[in-house]
Amino acid sequence: MELNQLTAHQLLDKIKDGSITSQAIFDSLYQRVNKIDDKVNAYVRRGNLERTGKESGSKSELLGLPVTIKDNICTEGLNTECCSKILQGFRPPYDATVINNLKRSGAGIFELKANMDEFAFGSSTENSYFGSTHNPWNLDCVPGGSSGGSAAAVAADEAIWALGSDTGGSIRQPASFCGVVGLKPTYGRVSRFGLIAFASSLDQIGPITKDVEDAAILTRIIAGYDPNDSTSVNQSVPDYTKSLTNDIKGLKIAIPKEYFVEGMDPEVKAVVDEAVNKLKGLGAVIKQVTLAHTEYAVPVYYIIATAEASSNLARFDGVQYGYRAKSDNLIEMYKKTRAEGFGEEAKRRIMLGTFALSHGYYDAYYLRALKVRTLIKQDFDKVFSEFDCIVAPTSPSAAFKIGERTSDPLKMYLSDIYTISVNLAGIPAMSIPCGFTKNKLPVGLQIMAGAFNEETIFKVGHTYEQNTDWHKLKPVIRL
Amino acid sequence: MAIDNETIKHVAHLARIELQQNELEKLSNQLHDIIGFIDRISKLDVENIAPASHILPISNVLREDNPQVSLTPEKALENAPDKKGNFFSVPKIIE
Repeated sequence: MELNQLTAHQLLDKIKDGSITSQAIFDSLYQRVNKIDDKVNAYVRRGNLERTGKESGSKSELLGLPVTIKDNICTEGLNTECCSKILQGFRPPYDATVINNLKRSGAGIFELKANMDEFAFGSSTENSYFGSTHNPWNLDCVPGGSSGGSAAAVAADEAIWALGSDTGGSIRQPASFCGVVGLKPTYGRVSRFGLIAFASSLDQIGPITKDVEDAAILTRIIAGYDPNDSTSVNQSVPDYTKSLTNDIKGLKIAIPKEYFVEGMDPEVKAVVDEAVNKLKGLGAVIKQVTLAHTEYAVPVYYIIATAEASSNLARFDGVQYGYRAKSDNLIEMYKKTRAEGFGEEAKRRIMLGTFALSHGYYDAYYLRALKVRTLIKQDFDKVFSEFDCIVAPTSPSAAFKIGERTSDPLKMYLSDIYTISVNLAGIPAMSIPCGFTKNKLPVGLQIMAGAFNEETIFKVGHTYEQNTDWHKLKPVIRL
Repeated sequence: MAIDNETIKHVAHLARIELQQNELEKLSNQLHDIIGFIDRISKLDVENIAPASHILPISNVLREDNPQVSLTPEKALENAPDKKGNFFSVPKIIE
C-alpha cells in the first residue's frame, strides 16, 4: 500500500522505526491530490499554493504527521474562508486552540483546507462557494455535509486524518456517506476557540479518520480545557486508546425505536439491523427503548441553530475582514456586502433565525424551542441511567445524488433527523462504517453515550471494527 | 402561520441583507413551508418546563481581570478591507 492509504497509527509506527519520514507522507498526499482532486474537489483553493510539505523533524508524539483541516477552523497565515465569498482572502492572525494543540503534539498542518458547506450550513457540501465535493464511492453522489471535504479526503486517501465540525451531524453524516469514522465529542470537551461560529451552543470540533484507533488518538490531542473558551470543561482527558479493548460482553445497548420508522431506506435498515445483531453476538445486551421527543428534534434545531447563526453571522458586515461591497452609505454597504457575500442557504438561515428572534415571535419560537430542548435532553438522561450507550443509524439513507435535494430545503433538513438530537442534548456520538447498499454506497452506524463518556463509544466502535472488515474497504475512483 | 412579503422585508432589514424581488418571493415561499413544519412544536405542553439556556451545568464563568498581551493593531487590521492609521475605515455615518 502507498503511504497515503495508511492510518495515522500505522504511519507513526513506520516513522518511529525509521523506515519513512513525514516528508514522504506529505509527498504521497500531494501526489494523490494532484491525481484525483479535480474529480473529488475535497480541497479548496488548490491552484495558488506551493505543494511542498515540509520535513518537520518533530520529536513530539505525532512526529510531523499531516492533519487535514476544515475551512472553518482558523489556521494562522493560512486562508480560512468557511467556503464563503464573504470571507474571501481571510487569513487568521491566530491559530484555533485545536491547531495549537496539534502543533504542540508535533502534527504537520496540511496546507490545503477541506471543502464544506458555506458556514457549515448544509448536509451535502453543495452549498460551498467553491463548488460541491463528490463522493469517492460514486462521483455523482454527495459526500454528505457539512464536513464533506474532510470526509471525502479521508475516504479517498487524500488525507491521513482530518478535523471537521459538527453542529447537527456535520461530522457523522459525511463520515457515514463516505465510509469513514467520525466523532462529535461531548459539548465542552474540545475548545471552540478559533472555530468560526455557526451555533455556539451546538458546535463541536471532532476527528474524521480511517479507523477508531486514529479517532481515539486525535480526540485526546484536541480535547481539554481552554481558558479562551468559557464553555470548555475543566475535566481531565483520558487516554482513549485504553478503551480499545475488543470486549463488550455484558454492555447494555439501547436501540431507540423512533430511529427505525417511516422515511428510512429499507436497505439502510437491513444493514443496521445486521450490525446490531453483530454487537449482540459479541456479547452486548440489546434492548429497545423510546426517545419520545425525537420527532421535535429537527424543528427545535432549525429554530435554535438559525437563531444563533443569525446572531453569530452579524459580524460579517464588510468592516473588519473579507469581502466589502462598494457604497457611500454605511447601512447600504452592510446590506450590499451581505447580499453579495452570502450564498442562498446562508441567507435563508439568517432570515429564519432573525425571524425566530424578532419581536412578537420570540416566545412562540425561540423560547419554546429551548423548553423542548430540555425535554429532548431528559429523554437521553433517562436512557443513560439504565444503559451504557445507544446504537442507531447515522442517516436515514445512504449518499444521495448531487442536485437531488437542493431545490427543497426542508427535505435537505430532514436528512439530519438521526444526528441532530445528539447536539441538542450535548452528548458525544460516533459514526462508523457498518456495510453497504446494493449500489455500493457506505452505511454508517451511530453510537451515542452520556456526556463525557467517549470511552464507551470508542470501546463499542473498536470492538465492532475488530470483528468486521468494512473499514478496510476503499473506493475505486473513476478517472 | 402565514409569512407575507412585508414580514420578509422587515426581517431582511433587521438582518441587513438586501433582497432582490425574485429572492424575496422565493424566500417567502420557502420560509412559509419551513415555519409550517417548525410549528409542530406548538402542540407540545411546555408550561412547566425550564428552557435549556445552557446544556452543561456551567454558569457565570469568570476570570481575574489581569492585563495580557493580545494582537497588535497591525495584526488586528491585517484583514481590513479599508483602514486609516490604527482604525477600520467605513463610509461616512454622520453628515
